Amino acid sequence: MADWEPISVIADKVQKGELKAVDLVKRSFDMIGRTKDFDAIISVPEARAIERAKEIDAQIAKGQKVDRLAGVPFVAKDNFLTFSGKTTAASHMLENFEAPYQATAINRLEVEGAICVAKSNLDAWAHGSSTENSDFFVTKNPFDKTRVPGGSSGGSAAAVALKIAPFALGTDTGGSIRLPAAFCGIVGYKPTYGLVSRSGVVAMASSTDVIGPLAASVAEASIILDVMAGRDELDSTTIERDTEGYDVQTSKFKLQNAKIGVIDEYLTEDLEPGVEKQVDAVIQKLKQAGTKIEPISLPSLPLALAVYYIICPAEVSSNLARYDGQRYGLFAKDAKNLEESYMLSRELGFGAEAKRRIMIGSHVLSSGYFEAYYQKAQTVRTKIINEFTSAFKKFDFLIGPTSPTTAFKIGAKTKDPLKMYLSDIMTVAANISGNPAINLPAGFSNNLPVGLQIIAPMHADRQLLAFAKSVEELLA
Amino acid sequence: MKLSEEEIERFREELAEILDYVKQLENADTKGLEPTYQVTGLKNVTRADKPLDYQAKPDDLLKRAPDTLDKQFKVKRVIT
Repeated sequence: MADWEPISVIADKVQKGELKAVDLVKRSFDMIGRTKDFDAIISVPEARAIERAKEIDAQIAKGQKVDRLAGVPFVAKDNFLTFSGKTTAASHMLENFEAPYQATAINRLEVEGAICVAKSNLDAWAHGSSTENSDFFVTKNPFDKTRVPGGSSGGSAAAVALKIAPFALGTDTGGSIRLPAAFCGIVGYKPTYGLVSRSGVVAMASSTDVIGPLAASVAEASIILDVMAGRDELDSTTIERDTEGYDVQTSKFKLQNAKIGVIDEYLTEDLEPGVEKQVDAVIQKLKQAGTKIEPISLPSLPLALAVYYIICPAEVSSNLARYDGQRYGLFAKDAKNLEESYMLSRELGFGAEAKRRIMIGSHVLSSGYFEAYYQKAQTVRTKIINEFTSAFKKFDFLIGPTSPTTAFKIGAKTKDPLKMYLSDIMTVAANISGNPAINLPAGFSNNLPVGLQIIAPMHADRQLLAFAKSVEELLA
Repeated sequence: MKLSEEEIERFREELAEILDYVKQLENADTKGLEPTYQVTGLKNVTRADKPLDYQAKPDDLLKRAPDTLDKQFKVKRVIT
């Protein structure tokens, strides 16, 4: 199947009547059918998508102007609340849950004419790095069906790589957009913390959760960020948007002006030789392009994963407490009394990884352990932030691999939770600190995509996207 | 949360390994540093204390519950 045309071209053709929104939506449905073997999709809100497409076509037939995403289909990770059909977070707990309202991010995309055509698979509650923790089924890597697509936004990354839609939405709490983007050979963008409203997205770890786009190119991702970004009165942690916006389609960032730091700590980890080779090749090309590029050490970065696996379960244990079976979600009918109905609803509704995180989180927050674990982790977090801040006094951007390996085999890490956690070793630091970061495709190793990560200073999302676009052109 | 005997055995080992891994933070020198609980720097974000005209109405929320009575959530007997 052919690639999708750029988002701006699709919207333009729909506006001119050269393409029908209904046909675009049908093309997505057709692709979902053809790629069923990869199990990227949990559900398809078909009736509503067709209805919205017809509305858009009718508006245009009447000569009305639809906004810049007119008729553009997209896939949302199934932890975004959407009208029509279910929102499951890939969990048994929410298996039959129909959202009573929509996420702000979805509403903003719809206002500009985009159409949600599918809800994609994830690790249940977004807990995982491979999409194998889904309570329903395992998504396969588009490049090799025996391998994982990465996670937790594995369904969204696979959907873009399989060309089901021009873009998809994901959430990134410890690397869940960037890692699957790396494993599936696409662009995945993690904005500065707070730039996109989290209202209507199933909460995981509230102090590091961000929402971002997955797309075929930087320019495409930048349009979607531009549509979603900015203050929302339904999420008090949202920040103001850049007055110039984030759309970098026409930007021309001059690489020779960039000062780039290559993160030492990410090159001394157990890098797969093929990944190291591709990252080295990028560094050489950046040198030839005239950038000022030097190694930089951020000695506390290797601690970021340990920090994350205290903060994240702590916040998870708090956020999952609401799923008690009383107001919505799975309810244990056979329980004899109130207490038993809590216990049984959780026993049946949560998978192994959710249970692990609830227990670790409750433990690290408990009286007597709080200082040693939780408070210590939050203090090491300050240390990591300080190292980023001082690195960004010297450099505009920091680069390194997104992951030490390419996509691993299905089942390779499921028996060992800690080994699975270590998949995020190079992505978590940006979540701990809040910095924006992107995965850019950087060639292949044994026919599997390699991902390059670029991290930028807080609030430098526009600059990061502009720079990444120039790097993308350099690597093309 | 209820756990089966098998789960208890499995989690005992796995959680010990994870807690052992995060213990490496003990050795990090954090003298003079304060904890960071959030990264936005925002403080006391407020809005007018008025109901919003929101997408979901009370009935939309209530109808998702297993049981309701007089516009309230009805739960199982507390004392049996």
